[in-house]
Amino acid sequence: MKKKMSKTTKNNFITYAMVIIAYVIVQALVLSGSLSSLMQGLLVPLCIYVILALSLNLTVGVLGELSLGHAGFMCIGAFTGAFFSKCTQGAMPDGLRFFLAIVLGAAVAAFFGILIGIPVLRLRGDYLAIVTLAFGEIIKNVMNVLFIGKDSAGFHFSLKDQMSLNLGTDGVVIIKGAQGISGTPKNSTFTIGVIMVLITLFVILNLMNSRTGRAVMAIRDNRIAAESVGISITKYKLLAFSVSASLAGIAGVLYAHNLATLTALPKNFGYNMSIMILVFVVLGGIGNMRGSIIAAVLLTLLPELLRGLNDYRMLIYAIVLIVMMLFNWSPKAQDWKARHSLKRMFGKKEQTAKEGN
Amino acid sequence: MALLEVKNLGISFGGLRAVDEFDVTIEQGQLYGLIGPNGAGKTTIFNLLTGVYQPTEGKIILDGKDITGKRTIDINKAGVARTFQNIRLFKELTVLDNVKVGLHNGHPYSTLEGILRLPRYYKVEKEMDERAMELLKVFDLDKEADYLASNLPYGKQRKLEIARALATEPKLLLLDEPAAGMNPNETNELMDTIKFVQKEFGMTILLIEHDMKLVGGICEKLTVLNFGQVLAQGNTKEVLNNPEVITAYLGE
Amino acid sequence: MSFLSYLINGISLGSVYAIIALGYSMVYGIAKMLNFAHGDVIMIGGFVVFTATSATGMNPLLAVLLSVVVCTVLGVVIEKVAYRPLRNASPLAVLITAIGVSYLLQNVALLMFGANPKSFTSVVKVPALNLVGGDLIISGETIVTIVSCLVIMAALSMFMKTKPGQAMLAVSEDKGAAQLMGVNVNATISLTFAIGSGLAAIAGVLLCSAYPSLTPYTGSMPGIKAFVAAVFGGIGSIPGALIGGLILGVIEILSKAYISSQLSDAIVFGVLIIVLLVKPTGILGKKISEKV
Repeated sequence: MKKKMSKTTKNNFITYAMVIIAYVIVQALVLSGSLSSLMQGLLVPLCIYVILALSLNLTVGVLGELSLGHAGFMCIGAFTGAFFSKCTQGAMPDGLRFFLAIVLGAAVAAFFGILIGIPVLRLRGDYLAIVTLAFGEIIKNVMNVLFIGKDSAGFHFSLKDQMSLNLGTDGVVIIKGAQGISGTPKNSTFTIGVIMVLITLFVILNLMNSRTGRAVMAIRDNRIAAESVGISITKYKLLAFSVSASLAGIAGVLYAHNLATLTALPKNFGYNMSIMILVFVVLGGIGNMRGSIIAAVLLTLLPELLRGLNDYRMLIYAIVLIVMMLFNWSPKAQDWKARHSLKRMFGKKEQTAKEGN
Repeated sequence: MALLEVKNLGISFGGLRAVDEFDVTIEQGQLYGLIGPNGAGKTTIFNLLTGVYQPTEGKIILDGKDITGKRTIDINKAGVARTFQNIRLFKELTVLDNVKVGLHNGHPYSTLEGILRLPRYYKVEKEMDERAMELLKVFDLDKEADYLASNLPYGKQRKLEIARALATEPKLLLLDEPAAGMNPNETNELMDTIKFVQKEFGMTILLIEHDMKLVGGICEKLTVLNFGQVLAQGNTKEVLNNPEVITAYLGE
Repeated sequence: MSFLSYLINGISLGSVYAIIALGYSMVYGIAKMLNFAHGDVIMIGGFVVFTATSATGMNPLLAVLLSVVVCTVLGVVIEKVAYRPLRNASPLAVLITAIGVSYLLQNVALLMFGANPKSFTSVVKVPALNLVGGDLIISGETIVTIVSCLVIMAALSMFMKTKPGQAMLAVSEDKGAAQLMGVNVNATISLTFAIGSGLAAIAGVLLCSAYPSLTPYTGSMPGIKAFVAAVFGGIGSIPGALIGGLILGVIEILSKAYISSQLSDAIVFGVLIIVLLVKPTGILGKKISEKV
């Protein structure tokens, strides 16, 4: 009993420690000037990808549903955060404003998570995947035609063009359809990114090792049995899905505050982005949070480090997905693993829980 | 007053009459058996009692409360817990956590308290751990508490399902073929455990079984089902000696 | 008159969706998996015709035939290498693998042909039809597309009555039982992938003839939309694929014309969401429930 508690705690501790040590090393490298500007530019995106991978792993690994619209929630967080920052710039201290932008981005993304989750989570498997994909694309498309302006009379919205906002003479257009938002303050730093990674980890790991997390995982493992012991399927699915969405929203806010101009392109908020995050989750191990962090960092850094590999980046992603699945699931690979596993050879039983590492 | 009263329960799937005019009355603390050939509608009755299926007609009264047509989770909260013919455990969770999922509704704290690790989290989790270990001890599973449920041998998986069901503190426990796939030794041991649960927890139990030895050995009353209808009902001895039952079920 | 011509365009696009949807629907019915890579087989079909006609000057009809052969083989190979080993794996694993295959095809095409759009020369040599004194022009591509779609539907319906067709139905109902009755399950699933992928090649040619710009991503959106069509019509049903495809094509073209060209995709996906919420089994689909 006690052994198990300490085992989970120990595992979580290693994960936190890994992040903190990586942070300290990188900071030392930056201070000593031995990190190229290219690499420095990658630091914030790295944190963003890690948060995205962790949050998607909550949906895929813990809730057990494949979401292909994760980038949509990131998109919502990004535009919410950028919009808030543009509106309140100068009205309050930068630190407070950025903090509020993050909170707001997370809250709005969570709201959309619930809104979308209510219909989506009634579906199962392939249908759920395709509908989340559909929602992701809808969000991206709508952001591309959304215009919001502000004048003395308040906010104006339009889905057509700048003219139909009917702004007064003192009006400013904040969101310009396909041109997005420009001039968002660049507040995202590596330090804030790492803090957000740690907060994300804290939320997910603690959630998994609580009553709520157990209920979510019970639904994943056997929906009918979970219902039979009185677990509300809708409630816990929605809860996990919206927490996952809100964390993706935080990643979005960081993303928006790391760019001069924020636009909703297929590249950053489309289906391709959702798939890329999924690749991180799959390579790191579905349900394995530490694995997600390592995979996100590796797969982002490798193509940058090995010149020429960048052209093959997507090809590598594709192969990762196929090979990982075949390796984990095909009967031949199972046999091979059984024959070559040291643990089995010495007759040791696999006893560890998959949760919480 | 009886704990469970089922009146005129029936359900049709398309044109098929799966259960028809099913009546049963189970007294508090009774160990009641439901037997019958394959396809007689036994599991369908469990699914009706637990809200997996909605009955086409009839009434289900539990402890004076009408639970007909309620959702599965509400029926569980009202006091009905079950096991499944084809074992349904939370395979990727530990044995301990399987039971703790059963304790979910009886030991609440909020999600936020869980994430922020507020004092109530530690207090309630400790209660849950203690209670879960007590239950596991009853079924001799305490040494395997840290195993993944899927790594348990078959017989122990069946026991874990019963422990999980008991964790929801039901008034009525439904066991769907608890001895299926067990060897005679395991079956004997299981019979003792079921009797122990009945006595120690004062539990009312309705069980579906094929193993006549088990049924005859522990059930006080029996209902025999054939083609969705009640063939015979009453004290175990009388029912088992009923010629109709013998032709329909035992003899050929 | 413009409404009528939009409607005809919609039916033409819908016919392409219907042909693609058939492939999804048959595979989903029999292998119980969403073959995400199906849309990318369309793109491969387009590139085969493009390369054959532009590089070797092959007769267009011969090139189409070649494309059908290549895609058929590709479909069978994909099933054998990537999907068959996972037949008893979790649905999540299968879906992720299918996404991987889709990505693989796209990126192999990207490395071979580059990202720049290739301008595809239409293989259709049928003259356009002038109606109502030139007010309504129906292009040769449109005529060929609609006719091909109807011919394919009819042929497939007849095929389902033959022995291999019945074997497909049997496998989609119950793999184990079909096997016991002497149906070769593996061969039947291979055949389904072969037919679906062959049809995808034809759909690719028709699509590229009507919208003559070919990139490695050409197949991905039409593929997803055709899946929407298959779900709309009821997955596993041949007439369902036709109805779903046509309705979706018309909705897409009309919303492009009258609402917003940027929002047309959003509207199509909106339709999917509404259909799945109101009638998750689609217009002609069967209900599948889980046994407890």
